[in-house]
Amino acid sequence: MNLRAHATPRSLFTFAVLALCALMPFIAPAIGQDYYVDVFIRIMIWAIAAVSLNLILGYGGMVSFGHAMFLGLGAYTVGILSYYEIYSAFIQWPLALLIGAVVSLGVGAICLRTKGVYFIMITLAFAQMIYFLGVSADEYGSDDGLIIDERSQLGGVLDLDDGLTFYYVVFAFLLLSLFIVKRLVNARFGMVIKGIRSNEDRMQAIGFPTYRYKLACFVIAGVLGTLAGILFANFEKFISPDMMYWTRSGEMIFMVVLGGMGSLFGPVSGAVVYLFLSEFLSNITEQWHIIFGPFLILVVIFARGGIDGLLGGKRRHHG
Amino acid sequence: MNWIFLAEQFLNGFQLGILLFLIAAGLTLVLGIMDLVNLAHGSLYMLGAFFAATFAQWTDSFVLGVLLALPAILAAGMVIEVVALRTLYARSHLDQVLATFGLILFFNSLVQLVWPLDGLTIPLPAYLDGAVELGLGVTYPTYRILIIAVGLLVALGLYLMVAKTRLGMLIRAGASNRVMVGALGVDIKWLFTLVFGLGAMLAGLAGMMMAPILSATSGMGEQILILAFVVIVIGGIGSVRGAFIASIIVGLIDTMGRSFLDVLLLAVLPVNAAEAAGPALSSMLIYILMASVLFFKPQGLFPAQSG
Repeated sequence: MNLRAHATPRSLFTFAVLALCALMPFIAPAIGQDYYVDVFIRIMIWAIAAVSLNLILGYGGMVSFGHAMFLGLGAYTVGILSYYEIYSAFIQWPLALLIGAVVSLGVGAICLRTKGVYFIMITLAFAQMIYFLGVSADEYGSDDGLIIDERSQLGGVLDLDDGLTFYYVVFAFLLLSLFIVKRLVNARFGMVIKGIRSNEDRMQAIGFPTYRYKLACFVIAGVLGTLAGILFANFEKFISPDMMYWTRSGEMIFMVVLGGMGSLFGPVSGAVVYLFLSEFLSNITEQWHIIFGPFLILVVIFARGGIDGLLGGKRRHHG
Repeated sequence: MNWIFLAEQFLNGFQLGILLFLIAAGLTLVLGIMDLVNLAHGSLYMLGAFFAATFAQWTDSFVLGVLLALPAILAAGMVIEVVALRTLYARSHLDQVLATFGLILFFNSLVQLVWPLDGLTIPLPAYLDGAVELGLGVTYPTYRILIIAVGLLVALGLYLMVAKTRLGMLIRAGASNRVMVGALGVDIKWLFTLVFGLGAMLAGLAGMMMAPILSATSGMGEQILILAFVVIVIGGIGSVRGAFIASIIVGLIDTMGRSFLDVLLLAVLPVNAAEAAGPALSSMLIYILMASVLFFKPQGLFPAQSG
C-alpha cells in the first residue's frame, strides 16, 4: 500500500505481509499447515478491526475503550437475521453497517462531550451496555451464543461457503479498509483530525468545528469496525457476547499500539504479531498470559513507536 | 411484592455499595492524585481474597486470616507500585490502560498457577453464619451486616484521615494540584507509594470480605473493577466523598433494578415484552446512569480536580 519508488525496511515489510496474506491459501497446503489459512482469515479480520480503531485512536488521539461493541453489532446483526432465516448479504450487510453507523453516531455524540479518562470510561461503559444486551438476549443464546447455519448469501455472485472465495473476500475488505483510511488521512479531513490530536484548542481557534470532525471520524471507524464484525460472524458461523467483552477492546488497542499508532499499516502488523504470539504462547502453556502480560507492559514502556517505529517509521508522539 | 423483600434488597444494594466504595476509594485517589488509570485495581481485590483464603486455611481462623492478609496486600500493593507503575505516571492514559491491562492478564494467570484452578473457598465461622432478626419481620444474614458495618467504619476512618490528618491534607492537596504539592517540598514519590498501598489494602479488604460469599477465583476482579470505574466517574475523579455517594447509588440502583425493574415494566409493557426487556435493561441501568451523568456533568457529580 505504502510502496514508494525506493524500498525502505518499512515498505518491504508491508509488501511482505500483504504478499503473505495474498498467497497464504497456496503456501499453507504446500508446507502442510492447512490451518494457517484459518489463522490468516482471523488475522485479517482482526486487522480490519484494528485499522478502524487506529483511525480514531492513532490519528484522532481518541482513546476508545469500547471498539469491540462495533464488532458485536456487526456480528449480531448477521447472526440474528440468519436466526430468522434471512441470509441475503444484500439485506444483512447494509443493515449491519447502518446499525453500526447509527449507534456510533449516538454513542460518539455523547462520548465526545468528554475528554481524557472520562472518554475512556464512557466508551467502555457503552461497550458494556451492548455486551449486557447480548448476555441478556435469551432468544439469541445469551451467554452461550448462537450458531449461524449458513454464511451470508451473495445471490450467486460469490459463494462464501467456498473457503478460497471467503478468504479473498476478507482479503479484499482488508485492502479496501486500508485504502479508505489512507485516502481519509491524506485528505483534508485527515489533516484536521491529526491537527485536533495535537492541539484541539488551536484547531478550534482557526475555525474548525472540531466536535463534528471527531464525530465523523468516530462514525467512520465504527462502520469499519462493524464490517469486521460482519466478517467475523461469517467466519466463525457463531456469535456470542464474548466477542464484545471489554478485554476484546483492550486486545484491539494493543494491536494498534504494538503495530504503531497512527501509521497506516501498523495495525495490520500488530494483528499479525498479536495473533501469532497468542497462538505460539498458548501452545507452550495454558497460562500463557503470565508471559504475555509482562510482554505487553514491556512493549508499552520500551517500544513506543511499535513495529512501525522499529522499521524506521516516523516517530509519532503519543496522543 | 412485599416490603420485607424490598427491605432485604435494599440492604443487599447497600452492601454492594459499601463494597464498591472500598474498591472505588483507592481507585479514585490513585487516579485523582497520581493521574494513573489503574485497571489492575481489580487484581488487588482478587489477591486480597486469595491471601485471606490462604491465611485462613493456615491459621484455621477466618478473622486471623483477614488480619494477616491486610498487611500482606498493603505490602503487595506497594511493591507493585514501585516495580511496575512508577514508570507509568508520566505516560499517557493510553499507555497506562494498556500496561495495567497487561498486569491483569499476569495476575489472573499467576493465581491460576499458584492456587487451585477452581479457586479457593473459605467457610464462614459458625458465629457469623446465621441471620439476625432486624425487627418488623426482616431477617438478614449476620455476615452481610458485618460487611456493612466494617465498610461504614472504614469509610468513617477514611473520612477522618482525609479531612483531619496531615496525610489527608497532602492527599487532598495532591488531588487538586499535585505539581504544586511537589513544588512545596512534599516527597511525592513516598506519598504515591503510600496512597497506592492504602488503596490496595482497601480493595484487598473488599476481596477478603467477599471471599466467603463468592469464593476466590481468577478473574473475579474484572466485573467489580468496571463497576468501580463507573462509580468514580459518576462521583468525580479524586473525590472520596463523591466515590462514597456514587457507590451507594450504583449499588442500590444495580441491585434494586435487577429485582424490581421487570415488575415495574410489567405495569407499562405487555408481559412478554417486559420479560424480555427487564433483564437487559436492569443490567444496563448503571451504564445508562453513568452516560447520563457524564452527558450533563462531564466531570462527574463532585469534581475534585481544579485544572
